[in-house]
Amino acid sequence: MAEEAAVGCARPTGGPVGEEPDNTATSEQQPINEEHSMIKVGKKAPDFTAPGFHKGAFINTKLSDYLGKWVLLCFYPGDFTFV
Amino acid sequence: MSIDSMFTHKMWNEDELSKMVDGGVPFPMLSDAGGKVGSVYGVYDEDAGVEARGRFIIDPDGVVQGYEVLTPPVGRNVNETIRQVQAFQLVRESKGAEATPSGWRPGKATLKPGIDLVGKVWKEWKTEQAFD
Repeated sequence: MAEEAAVGCARPTGGPVGEEPDNTATSEQQPINEEHSMIKVGKKAPDFTAPGFHKGAFINTKLSDYLGKWVLLCFYPGDFTFV
Repeated sequence: MSIDSMFTHKMWNEDELSKMVDGGVPFPMLSDAGGKVGSVYGVYDEDAGVEARGRFIIDPDGVVQGYEVLTPPVGRNVNETIRQVQAFQLVRESKGAEATPSGWRPGKATLKPGIDLVGKVWKEWKTEQAFD
């Protein structure tokens, strides 16, 4: 039976249900990645490429293409969310 | 930037945002499906599968000058973001000779850090200036 979902600002997602898969075998093989790349003020912004939409066209953007300009990089939870 | 596809960005811009802003969104709407970029910037919530309201000010050298991260239900203050950019631009143009004290906005007095200012900020800057 499907329930009516409450509509909030966080984008609702699903996920696996039931017992958690047994990870003990793989966790021994894969060293835990402790690389926490923290953003720090005064340090370089990590470069990235991303597809996107701009002025009626699909584009590919690279942050470092904007060197020489001030950039505001904004993240948000999702399109059609309310805030 | 969000985890939405560029196709969803197109539809959101056409169906809703262009009704709020003439001509639609003037800047690139970027897609971060999978949250890889958001993870590097520390704003991707793996449990929810979405990105928080992160906002990074990046200067012309590619250096992060400031950031703010909010959880989803509270929106940003765009005026404050613009004020901060204006302040960072002023500091940069002065090559660090000027600094913007608390409550600064364009037109208000800046401070000129130096040995003469040590212990004398109280003469140059009043508490009321912290508030609009």
